[in-house]
Amino acid sequence: MQTVETVALTKTFDSVRAVDGIDLAAREGEFLVLLGPSGCGKTTLLRMIAGLETPSSGQILINGQDVTGLPPRARDIAMVFQSYALYPHLTVFNNIAFPLRAQGAGKAAVHDKVTWAATMFGIQTLLDRKPRQLSGGERQRVALARAMVREPAVFLLDEPLSNLDAKLRTSARDELQLFQRQIGTTTIYVTHDQIEAMGLGHRVAVLNAGKICQIGTPQEIYAEPTDTFVATFIGAPPMNLVAQDGAIVGFRPEHMQLAERVAETAGMLVVPTRMHRIEYLGADELVYGTLEPPFPEEKVIAKVSTSQPVSAQPGDRLEFVVNQRDVKRFDRDSGVRADVGGAA
Amino acid sequence: MAATETRAPGVSPNGGLAGVLDSEIWLGRLMIAPAVVYIVALVGFPFVLALLYSVSSVTVGSPELNFVGLANFRRIVENPTFWEALRNTFIFTIVSQVIVLVLAKILAMALLKDFRGKWLVRLLILLPWVAPISLGAIGWLWTFDSIYSIINWTARALGIFGPDTWPIWLGQPNLAMASVILVHVWRLLPLATVIILAGLTSIPQDIHDAAEVDGAGFWRHLFVITVPLVLPILLVALLFGIVFTFTDMIVIFILTRGGPYDSTQVLASWAYFTGIDGGDLAEGSAIALFLFPLLVAVAVAFLRLARRTEVT
Repeated sequence: MQTVETVALTKTFDSVRAVDGIDLAAREGEFLVLLGPSGCGKTTLLRMIAGLETPSSGQILINGQDVTGLPPRARDIAMVFQSYALYPHLTVFNNIAFPLRAQGAGKAAVHDKVTWAATMFGIQTLLDRKPRQLSGGERQRVALARAMVREPAVFLLDEPLSNLDAKLRTSARDELQLFQRQIGTTTIYVTHDQIEAMGLGHRVAVLNAGKICQIGTPQEIYAEPTDTFVATFIGAPPMNLVAQDGAIVGFRPEHMQLAERVAETAGMLVVPTRMHRIEYLGADELVYGTLEPPFPEEKVIAKVSTSQPVSAQPGDRLEFVVNQRDVKRFDRDSGVRADVGGAA
Repeated sequence: MAATETRAPGVSPNGGLAGVLDSEIWLGRLMIAPAVVYIVALVGFPFVLALLYSVSSVTVGSPELNFVGLANFRRIVENPTFWEALRNTFIFTIVSQVIVLVLAKILAMALLKDFRGKWLVRLLILLPWVAPISLGAIGWLWTFDSIYSIINWTARALGIFGPDTWPIWLGQPNLAMASVILVHVWRLLPLATVIILAGLTSIPQDIHDAAEVDGAGFWRHLFVITVPLVLPILLVALLFGIVFTFTDMIVIFILTRGGPYDSTQVLASWAYFTGIDGGDLAEGSAIALFLFPLLVAVAVAFLRLARRTEVT
């Protein structure tokens, strides 16, 4: 069963197509991540699902019901904002109670539900505080508790981790995933951070310029990108793209092996490189270089494990090889995958 | 020696004007001086003078300061006009401020939305504030005129007023009070609207979006979210309004001169009529000073309240 479905959804701002005919379906209980660079339309798409923006055309279905013309309160959704948008003048208790009271819940029911939600997020000792007395992590929990307290059909999360510091973000990501799997509510999560997207989502939809480039599991998105945008947007450092024989050839930095360390190089793609510098990253090191003929003079990055460091000086010639199954081919003009299925 | 060449003649390198301008302490004092001089000359000096006059027997005719103690104050309190004026001051202030606040809140919320011709509406609303008060009030004087009143003629032409109905707006006690309140509301509304509009704009859109998603309807959104969040600014607007209304006499001076039968006489206008028109400077000062402790109390109360309700 599809919990959320959009049909040819389009939003135009002054002749700019922010969201351009998107068909998307989130399954029941699924954690679906919308990933894309700033300005790709992911937040607009989420706000249209929430009912905070009116679509220029297209349809939105929630639990099979057409909600396109309905206000947010009639959609059975809850949303967590990037800023958390806690009501600054209300205590944590009243913040969490707000959606329940808006539904007309009785005093006892409000108290029980708020206590339950607060306990779930470990914030029961903070109920009398005002939002300004909370840390970033605590605020985020209050926002989550407020969103889930009335058990909506869909959770919409708009970059909820981006205001946390790096360390807290890792643990918050872990908790968020655990919690979503526990309660099993369909979740749509917007982010520009590929690590969040890959780590959290059952499926990831990669957006660019108002369109969905690819939708699939994190593994599919990473291993079998459907076009050069996805190939370079996912992965750090991104996939190397090189023009060859009228097509574009792509291979990931970690798939480049030094030829001298591979026993059997027959049938592999040979990538001769002139090395510029080596960047030490702890577990790995990045080798920056320029391709040598027969390839055009383009920059490539190789990633090798520091357990077997590369001993070379700038200007040295290194010969890398890449397994054919790790080589992806794209159309030179459209950037779309040419070897469909990827089993070249 | 390029530096000394650009220096004004007669100024030594290590002192004088350049030295003053280089010293942060002296520069600060120099820059705040105009404000201090201004306040001392136009507020402090008259205030001290009023304190002195109020305990003396000074009049326009005999400018000698003979100390008479609290005799002026005693005489004022025994005068029924004082109680009438005090009552009118409160009615004038409270009624006009309630109306101003409600209307300004509605106007500000309307102006927050985007619509065609918004700039024109904004201009029209701001007009009473930028136009000279006396000019505006004279316009209203004609609107309320006993013979030519536009209101009366329009109402009669539309059949709202029968042949025997002809209200004398500024000549009947209750109507006169209503009229001066109306004009005062017209005058203060723009400022209050702009202040509240600023308060409304400072609420992040996310908060409104969250309330929408959380299922709040219009009234819940207004009274649980919007009003509490603009409350500190609302109180500042109210404080301004109260101070302006308590001390204002221009509208009353031009429209009714306190009449008929002192029914629109407020403390400020009565102080003026007694002290300047009547020439009794001592009693006029004493009346004016009655406003002072009251306004100080109001200001302190509001500023404390505004701080308490401050949210972020």
